[in-house]
Amino acid sequence: MSWLLNALAQGSMIALIALGYTMVYGVLRLINFAHSEVLMMSGYVAFLVDDRLLGGYQHGGTRGVLISTAVAVVAAVLLGVGIEAFAYRPLRARARGATARIAPLVTAIGVSMLLQSVAQLAFTATPQKFDPRLAPPVGYVVLIAAVVMAGLYALVHLTWIGKAMRAVSVNAEAARLMGIRPSRVIAVTFAIGSGLAAIGAVLYSTTQASIEPTMGSSIGTLAFVAAVFGGIGSIPGAMLGGVLLGFLGELVKFTSFSGMKDAIVFLLLVLVLLFRPAGLLGSARARRSSRRAWRGRARTFAPSTGGIRRACAGS
Amino acid sequence: MRTAHPFRPPPPDRDEPLLDVAGIEVRYGGIRALTSVSLHVRRGEVVALIGANGAGKTTTLRSLVRVVPWSAGRATFNGVDLSPLSTEEVTELGISLVPEGRAIFPNLTVRENLEIGAYLHRNKQAMQESLEDVVKLFPRLGERLAQEGGTLSGGEQQMLAIGRAVMARPSLLLLDEPSLGIAPKLARQIFEAIRAIAASGVTVLVVEQNTRLALEVAARGYVLRTGEVAKEGASKALLDDPEVREAYLGGH
Repeated sequence: MSWLLNALAQGSMIALIALGYTMVYGVLRLINFAHSEVLMMSGYVAFLVDDRLLGGYQHGGTRGVLISTAVAVVAAVLLGVGIEAFAYRPLRARARGATARIAPLVTAIGVSMLLQSVAQLAFTATPQKFDPRLAPPVGYVVLIAAVVMAGLYALVHLTWIGKAMRAVSVNAEAARLMGIRPSRVIAVTFAIGSGLAAIGAVLYSTTQASIEPTMGSSIGTLAFVAAVFGGIGSIPGAMLGGVLLGFLGELVKFTSFSGMKDAIVFLLLVLVLLFRPAGLLGSARARRSSRRAWRGRARTFAPSTGGIRRACAGS
Repeated sequence: MRTAHPFRPPPPDRDEPLLDVAGIEVRYGGIRALTSVSLHVRRGEVVALIGANGAGKTTTLRSLVRVVPWSAGRATFNGVDLSPLSTEEVTELGISLVPEGRAIFPNLTVRENLEIGAYLHRNKQAMQESLEDVVKLFPRLGERLAQEGGTLSGGEQQMLAIGRAVMARPSLLLLDEPSLGIAPKLARQIFEAIRAIAASGVTVLVVEQNTRLALEVAARGYVLRTGEVAKEGASKALLDDPEVREAYLGGH
């Protein structure tokens, strides 16, 4: 039972971070490599606020962690939206053709490295640790993640901005015809993804990982894998991918390969992608809609030559 | 269907055309897709834009909603110059395009597709009223509100795309080939719905390959040929025009 809870806790923390990758990919078709550094930076913010300003475990206690988490969420939102506004948005306005995909991707890697170096300079490479007594019980980790994800689900399905997000992710041009401003939707997406990452960062760093400039590349990569595993662009996919990776990691611990946990995770990713290139949940919808689109096209062949023109343009 | 809208100023002059397009030129790279298109649509009119493949019909509509920019010419809507505006801003003025190929959101339910059509207004009660109007117009959509848009048939998707555009309560509705790839019986139903939308006071500019169907519903028409208006006139005159009959009505 405690094993199950542990696996769920691991998985839901991964999922919280994976959601940021998948949501940004959904609206922009961009892998935001800087997401892992937003995670790292918000970990630092939470730690510094808690440890230096609120007096850590002795003075701040649980309340201190809650306050510092709130500050970290705000900082992450500002950082995420800032990266979008200063690094990605100008490129979207200028880049054309093949560079429109490559330039933002390279920029994302650049921003990621930049933030890592800034963290090295500002905070040194020495790992920092929350007082272990501040770690929430495993059950709380699962509960917090579940509540946050339920909130996200409600936001995406019940609010105007959520529906706009889903509309932009499937057809940005049609969304603009409805009067939706994609730039606003994109900013909100970055804000939500970054906020979730900050919550994930605090859960991670209070329960197990130490805070260091490179923490993003280890935890972030795992979350990125979870997002691809579940089907990048799909929100339920990121949740499922995260939870599956959590279980997988805990399972491997029982075997004699426990030292090779990451290697096994990546091997599985390669295998899954070989058979389901769009990921576990990404494929069903993508395949269904592409098949339908194809059938729709085929129908247009008969009555007019317009179908042929369109089919050629589409292929 | 009401078209009154708080953001929209009252019409300044009843005789002024609602949409006035003067000599628009559109280039794709080095190719001129539109040489010079001039047309106008008066308030409450239904106007058809007909022509062969590649004549520039779709490009004309797409340029009016600023998805493709024009390189020369001018277009005004309600007296407002459209050239400096973005697609979203044109939509806010009260122009809705039902794009070619429908472009519904397949991952959203039928209800959500319609709701997102009313995104400009974001008012629960007004949206509910518009939704009831659309369901009255297309009862088939009413039966399928909970279904994902992607599971609808082509004809139903076309109804959804039109319904979604109507949800924005536009004063000008642009329709790009609403009968394309749809069974003749359904196409007729869709044109009946367009007629009903127009009767409620919405001005309509419709692009069609099905010339006869379009001219039966429209009062006037423009014939587009290689990026230019080759002919214009009352629908009846165009239907009787030997050249139009030969080229677009199969010669009988």
